Amino acid sequence: MISPLLQIAAEEEAQNPLIPEIPELVIGLIAFAIVFFVLGKKLLPNINKVLEERREAIEGGIEQAEIARTEAQSVLEQYKAQLAEARHEAARLRQEAQEQGAALITEMRAEGQRQREEIVAAGHSQIEADRKAAASALRQDVGKLATDLAGKLVGESLDDHARQSRVIDRFLDDLEEKAEASR
Amino acid sequence: MSNAKTLAFETDCHIFDGCGFPTPGLHSFLFEPLFTVGGIEFNKPMLLSLVSTVIVIGFFWAAFNKPKLIPGKLQMVGEAGYDFVRRGVVYETIGKREGEKYVPLMFSLFFFIWIMNLWSIVPIAQFPATAVIAFPVGLAALVYIVWMSVTFKRHGFIGGWKNITGYDPSLGPVFPMVMFFEFLSNVFIRPFTHAVRLFANMFAGHVLILIFTIGTWYLLNGIGIAYSAVSFLMVIVMTVFELFIQALQAYVFILLSCSYIQGALAKHH
Repeated sequence: MISPLLQIAAEEEAQNPLIPEIPELVIGLIAFAIVFFVLGKKLLPNINKVLEERREAIEGGIEQAEIARTEAQSVLEQYKAQLAEARHEAARLRQEAQEQGAALITEMRAEGQRQREEIVAAGHSQIEADRKAAASALRQDVGKLATDLAGKLVGESLDDHARQSRVIDRFLDDLEEKAEASR
Repeated sequence: MSNAKTLAFETDCHIFDGCGFPTPGLHSFLFEPLFTVGGIEFNKPMLLSLVSTVIVIGFFWAAFNKPKLIPGKLQMVGEAGYDFVRRGVVYETIGKREGEKYVPLMFSLFFFIWIMNLWSIVPIAQFPATAVIAFPVGLAALVYIVWMSVTFKRHGFIGGWKNITGYDPSLGPVFPMVMFFEFLSNVFIRPFTHAVRLFANMFAGHVLILIFTIGTWYLLNGIGIAYSAVSFLMVIVMTVFELFIQALQAYVFILLSCSYIQGALAKHH
């Protein structure tokens, strides 16, 4: 029986494990070549395409979101600007209205004053006219009454006498003077 | 099961039976051909590599063939993987603008290597196809060709060699020596380490799992059962550890590929 150790030693001489066997080399290369060609020509381009599509889809989504965000931002800013403008406008209008109101009130007050004065003046002149009318009417009546009375007293009409009126007038003037003085 | 070369261990061999520990070794990485076509032996690692192709294409076909804008569960997982390679590795090293056209290569490399590594802990398969040097060599050679052609396409013949040798007269008298080592490192050592890093990690991981698995079986006799339990625990630990290393090595492989391409695109360093 040969010792196993001797057997191994004999084999080590016969065969170097670092020398490749040609058939194995060829088969190994063929096996790898098949893997390389099927993966490299078909399967990896497939997956590359899908990975690229996916990347684009994701980046597209992000881009879309970004666009929507900036749009929302701009709309918001627009709104804010519009709101501020509206506020400003409202304040301006209020101010203007206040000013206008104040002006109107002053104007109205002036107009009222004027109208009042007009009315008062009209009243005054009316009263004056009435008083004058009343005075002249009174004078005539008093003259007539006095004349009548005097006529009755004298027994003759003094109407036609020229001096008649002078007498009456003098009398009335005296009355007036007295009235003025007593007032 | 008489051929010792293709057997990891003798199934009836236990401790205290006067039978030595059947150490796993290089013979654990040799397989009887499943069948032979025209003198070419088709073995288990080859089968695993082809099944890896089917799995990688099958998964991403299901995930990416009819992709939707709103991804389903499978597409979401696929996209996570795609994003990891594209953004986490390629964009980080080469940059978005220049790196985009290397994404399919890196993506294919990552998942192909990962599935090839993953076989290590899949029941029945239980063998990382990348632990056979031919597979990492093929892939590393592919990357080597890519970054070499990028170098010369980008910088022209003279500029390309300047780039590869790190031509920099400002270094003074040591600069020819630096050029020599840069040349050696970039042209010969780099592709070698690129392939061997992956290979050796998977190789060692597989050996570790084998040792503990065989140990668990071998120790299963008399008092050895206690040790066997510990060994079995180690199998589980190593399996979890391998799960991590498998993804890590696939990641490191494409990270280095990217950094080589980035170096090729960059101005003389």
